[in-house]
Amino acid sequence: MHTRLLTAGAAATAAALLLTACGDKADDKAGDAASGKITVAASDTECKVERTASSAGTVTFAISNKGSKINEFYIYAAGDRIMGEIENIAPGLSRELIVELPAGAYETACKPGMIGKGIRNAFQVSGSAAPLTEDAKLAQASKDYQRYVKSQTTALIEQTTAFVTAVKGGDIEKAKALFPIARTYWERIEPVAESFGDLDPKIDARDGDLEPGVEWTGFHKIEKDLWVTKDVSKDGKIADQLLTDVQTIVTKAESVTFSPVELANGAKGLLDEVATGKITGEEDRYSHTDLWDFAANIEGSQGAIQALRPALEERDPALVKTLDENFAKVEAALEKHRAGDGWKLHNTLTQADLKELSDDINALAEPISKVAAIVAKK
Amino acid sequence: MERRKVLGLAGASAAGVAAAGAGALALARHDQQPATATTSEADAAGAIPFYGERQAGIVTAAQDRLHFCAFDVITDDKAALVDMLQNWTAAGARMTQGLDAGTFGAVGGSLEAPPDDTGEALGLPASGLTLTIGFGPTLFRDVRGKDRFGIAARRPAALADLPKFPRDTLEDAISGGDIGVQACAHDPQVAVHAIRNLARLGMGIVSVRWSQLGFGRTSSTSRSQATPRNLFGFKDGTRNLKSEDTGLLDEHLWVQPGDGPDWMTGGSYLVTRKIRMLVETWDRSPLAEQQMIIGRDKGEGAPLTGKLEHDEPDFAAQDGEGEPVIAVDSHLRLAHPDQNGGARLLRRGYNFVDGSDGLGRLNAGLFFMAYQRNAHKQFVPVQNSLAKQDTLNEYIRHVSSGLFACPPGMLAADDYWGRALFA
Repeated sequence: MHTRLLTAGAAATAAALLLTACGDKADDKAGDAASGKITVAASDTECKVERTASSAGTVTFAISNKGSKINEFYIYAAGDRIMGEIENIAPGLSRELIVELPAGAYETACKPGMIGKGIRNAFQVSGSAAPLTEDAKLAQASKDYQRYVKSQTTALIEQTTAFVTAVKGGDIEKAKALFPIARTYWERIEPVAESFGDLDPKIDARDGDLEPGVEWTGFHKIEKDLWVTKDVSKDGKIADQLLTDVQTIVTKAESVTFSPVELANGAKGLLDEVATGKITGEEDRYSHTDLWDFAANIEGSQGAIQALRPALEERDPALVKTLDENFAKVEAALEKHRAGDGWKLHNTLTQADLKELSDDINALAEPISKVAAIVAKK
Repeated sequence: MERRKVLGLAGASAAGVAAAGAGALALARHDQQPATATTSEADAAGAIPFYGERQAGIVTAAQDRLHFCAFDVITDDKAALVDMLQNWTAAGARMTQGLDAGTFGAVGGSLEAPPDDTGEALGLPASGLTLTIGFGPTLFRDVRGKDRFGIAARRPAALADLPKFPRDTLEDAISGGDIGVQACAHDPQVAVHAIRNLARLGMGIVSVRWSQLGFGRTSSTSRSQATPRNLFGFKDGTRNLKSEDTGLLDEHLWVQPGDGPDWMTGGSYLVTRKIRMLVETWDRSPLAEQQMIIGRDKGEGAPLTGKLEHDEPDFAAQDGEGEPVIAVDSHLRLAHPDQNGGARLLRRGYNFVDGSDGLGRLNAGLFFMAYQRNAHKQFVPVQNSLAKQDTLNEYIRHVSSGLFACPPGMLAADDYWGRALFA
């Protein structure tokens, strides 16, 4: 009964788990716990694995079926990749599974009746893991994403320059038209920008984001003047500053490489941006051009995932399929709101439209949140 | 570990109370202690078995807290839905036993991965958590009439939409749902944790349509529990079906062979009604009027023709002026089985207060839940007569409604929620 709390609280340290597990069975206490057989008591409703951790190498499970149904035993790596299995364990019988397990997090599963997800438990294998950089596909992912960033930053400079020129020339209509377009390139690589600290707020802060006394600059200040005060005559300095800040970010962005885990977290971060800021319409509260940013965030997320794709295909092909399907769903849902070359305004969408988009974003973000751990693993 | 000891002691004292004097009014308040130890189903840590002939959470001694959640299925992919139900079952089997939703848990997994449990129940015992699932009419045919999963032919006749009742002021956004999940526990954090983790596991397959928290049970489902009070201050559900009434349960609660499709045999139908109570106006009405409206006295809960809570009401009794003592439009008379062809319900409702309504009033009321063999023969006639005549209507508004077919329980881990329906 005590394992209930311990699995939750102490799983971080394998040593603690070994102690916990051994405490259940006096016989094994003196022996070499790490290399000995791990008994599994299976019934129709329970799967009691004697230990929940082991050292890397050959691990032997001894499964006894104490239930009334034919049972199976599996050990899974991430993404339900089967590392070893024993089928057809008749009631009353015992069988052994010998499996080679590198360090990592696994799940054990008994499947009474041989169907369903099984009764699962965590199984941690500790030992030395090779460093990530040895994986050529992951090294390539970082390079591919760098290329993607470069393709976006070039356009970002061009479009921001055009926008700034229109603002300074007092051409409100032209500036309004260019605003969502310049932001598209910004939003696609926003996690990159956010990694450079104080530049992001200078470029993208919203009214009320800043501490008292800090001057409000950037896209959204100009947005307010374009749509609300309809006067950009005093925005020349802010416009120049915007372009300078964007150029600084671009220079920095082109000189850094992002690790696979950073790419994965960036892909997720972009969807979180959509789920919190764009769905609600708070990002572009004066222009209501949130769907441009929405689409750009999705595209940027896809850009990062595409760079990771070869590595992901190898490690978790089922997840890649899920991501493809869910990206397609989001795109299809968004496509309904296209207007000409751009998008409908946020304030013309119904609550039902927004609910559908929100559901589809959640459906995509949940599997994307699993990518980081998969590319972090050897 | 310490908090579990505390729980055990509290439970033991509740058991002592129950043994000391059933029906003794002075002791009723002690029943607010966790009912864990009073039910033989629960183990020492308050875990109620997940597997069994019936779904837990129906005749299980009503826990103190509720989080109910109705989901819309947002995919047409039957395989994806079945896969999610299998994941839900596995997580449900774990959480009801006090374990984390996933195998690695809130803090045991990879540092790069989001935890497979949300963590707010770490260190909390099982707390009598039960998860009870039901399938709504729109799972079988959606609002556009589409049979998304090829199961329309398996829709029981008893799962026909509820009729519109007089005075209904239902809000569509908080009514109905393709799947309903009732999470009950003695600790609200444990109930919310369960719903939150199921919602998370369902991302992309289901979407939360509406959800409701309940903070105090308004019904007893076991004779070991005293009758609690609703927010009108009256004992509610004195005549409730109880787990000990085994013969009556087969007649009124459990779907019997031949009632409908086999997948529902041994299950039960759940009606949910969110009933807003206009407590501010109620509180201004005189005691005599309150008692007249309910048909019972406020202190003991006895019928106005009796002395004790469980006395049988005498509907024929008249006062000195020849008027019935229990008014013809009183809640007790209108809801009584004798006035409704013998219809009985197993009520499992909870009080709620959802903040305030912006007009200086509490948004308070009763989240009514009742299980029964056939809602169209039990809840519907009772509600029809209440909605037409009940003087209580002046103080209540029905704002949400749901009907869910809750299948029988699962006996082993190769079964999962909805398996017989989708097989």
